Amino acid sequence: MKVSEMGGVKAPSEATQHAAAADHEPVFTGDRRSRLDELLSRYPTRMAALLPALWMVQEDRGWVSQGAMAEVAELLGLTPAYVKGVVTFYTMYHQHPVGKYFIQVCTTSPCGACGAEDVVAAILRQSGCSQLGSTSPDGRFTVIEVECLGACGFATPIMINDEFVESVTPERVSSLLGKLR
Amino acid sequence: MGFPYPSHRRETPVLSQHFGDAEARALDGWKKRGGYRALEQALGMEPAAIVATIKESGLRGRGGAGFPTGMKWGFMKPGDGKPHYLCVNADESEPGTFKDREIMRWTPHALIEGTAIGAYAIGAEIAYIYIRGEFTEPIRVMDQAVRDAYAAGILGANAMGTGKRVDVHIHKGAGAYICGEETALMNSLEGRRGNPRIKPPFPAVAGLFGKPTTINNVETLAAVPHILTNGAEWYKKFCLSNPKSTGTKLFSVCGNIARPGNYEVVLGFPFKDFLYDLCGGPPPGRTFKACIPGGSSVPIQSMAEAEATLMDYEGFVAQGSMLGSGGVILFDDSQCMVKHIGRLARFYAHESCAQCTQCREGTAWVTRILERIEGGGGTIGDLDVLLELSENMTGKTICVLSDSCAAPIVSGIQKFRDEFMAHITGKGCPLRASAAA
Repeated sequence: MKVSEMGGVKAPSEATQHAAAADHEPVFTGDRRSRLDELLSRYPTRMAALLPALWMVQEDRGWVSQGAMAEVAELLGLTPAYVKGVVTFYTMYHQHPVGKYFIQVCTTSPCGACGAEDVVAAILRQSGCSQLGSTSPDGRFTVIEVECLGACGFATPIMINDEFVESVTPERVSSLLGKLR
Repeated sequence: MGFPYPSHRRETPVLSQHFGDAEARALDGWKKRGGYRALEQALGMEPAAIVATIKESGLRGRGGAGFPTGMKWGFMKPGDGKPHYLCVNADESEPGTFKDREIMRWTPHALIEGTAIGAYAIGAEIAYIYIRGEFTEPIRVMDQAVRDAYAAGILGANAMGTGKRVDVHIHKGAGAYICGEETALMNSLEGRRGNPRIKPPFPAVAGLFGKPTTINNVETLAAVPHILTNGAEWYKKFCLSNPKSTGTKLFSVCGNIARPGNYEVVLGFPFKDFLYDLCGGPPPGRTFKACIPGGSSVPIQSMAEAEATLMDYEGFVAQGSMLGSGGVILFDDSQCMVKHIGRLARFYAHESCAQCTQCREGTAWVTRILERIEGGGGTIGDLDVLLELSENMTGKTICVLSDSCAAPIVSGIQKFRDEFMAHITGKGCPLRASAAA
């Protein structure tokens, strides 16, 4: 793999992205709007609520579309281009839809010394994902390598959506994935 | 405590004494264990007296740089009419380090208490705890603990009934190693890309939202309540070697070792005993080959150096490395150092914010060379190019990410040159070749 191709989720076609932007249903209505207002009270600037607001978008929609970026920009008094600049800096905001179960496997050196590559291979094979960053044909799984998850003493840690699983071995993969329907 | 193992008799559990104890997570359980008495005491003291106590204790920053905490707090000038902020750096992402995660998972109120004391001492009405986004469980635990502390009147406009305001908010990161750099953390909190800022101005002058700010690591703040309760003299007695290194320290241990986990020892503890006695030595049938003692950004130690080290800020430097964040990574004789150094370089290439040319270009360039050598396509000249690049990546950028990438490369070529040469002359990895045979 080239350095320029490291990490991340593979992009769908551009047409899909534009369609998603045009169809955007507002995220910040009702309870979510009040939650955002409560968040804004914690900071002296509206811009500081940007990361939390983007998290709220992703929790609700599963990813952050161009339409959602424009909505957040409007609410916080920023430009859509600025918001996109921030979204693209951080690895955890999905700029494209991902599988129902988003699996991140730590492969940084300490985990690498404890067999993380074999865990990646087992997860790729058993999830039906053809390569890192792609989604399985049934839409259930997207698998990526992630840099240090900060649980190096419990190699190999993986994340399945928001859940941390420690000490994963290739032998445990089939029972872990089997539970995810 | 070597959680999930029971505490070893040679450990000195202060911060880790309640790891694994679910009751200590809850507010009632924490209070039963003496929690929030130090905050109550602090709110009755003059802020300057708290700063003086922390100075006297010798506590140094546990995030990596080891800067004296009391001195850092002393840079803040409460009462100058400006807002002041405390940022808690819980963006733990240095490969090999996983101690702050355990502090937050098991003793969230220890961090909240230390944070509240720190905020009061520096005149900050608001403290933000910036936790990396991947730490979903610590975020859940900390969120609940903050809510409970507000509901009990410990935090808020009338903290512990003293009429003093202490607000603590959790801020969730979104995946970026560089946000553990203090000025990048502040940019990220402000809703920007996590690019480090040029210093000066230093955060104590113009930090978060342009206002005077102090940034402390989780472990540093978690030690503060113990120091206030027991006194600076008590803390200073935790010292086995250099008097400039006081207190207990959590070391995270990982890689090829029998019992990985977190261990808390008094600074100055012999590293050889630590590795073989507390952590159980190498996996069965193996020997240690190399050690990175302070998170992936510090120079690699040969085992001769590691075994001669006394575990404090000066002791690691005397043996060719640094204490850093206390993330100890071990590699055994089955591991290829060229591969691991290349993998570390890839980590830094991925995490570079790309502001500075030396870092953006350098980290990617060294990664390509290292991976080529590992794959069998290396030339003798590659080692000189790597060393020259590393020199140009050191001390020339806004932050030290590119220096951190260079440290394992330079020390790796110095201490494991034979392995590099074997890859170049044998056109591939000798370990892989012998495994295939």
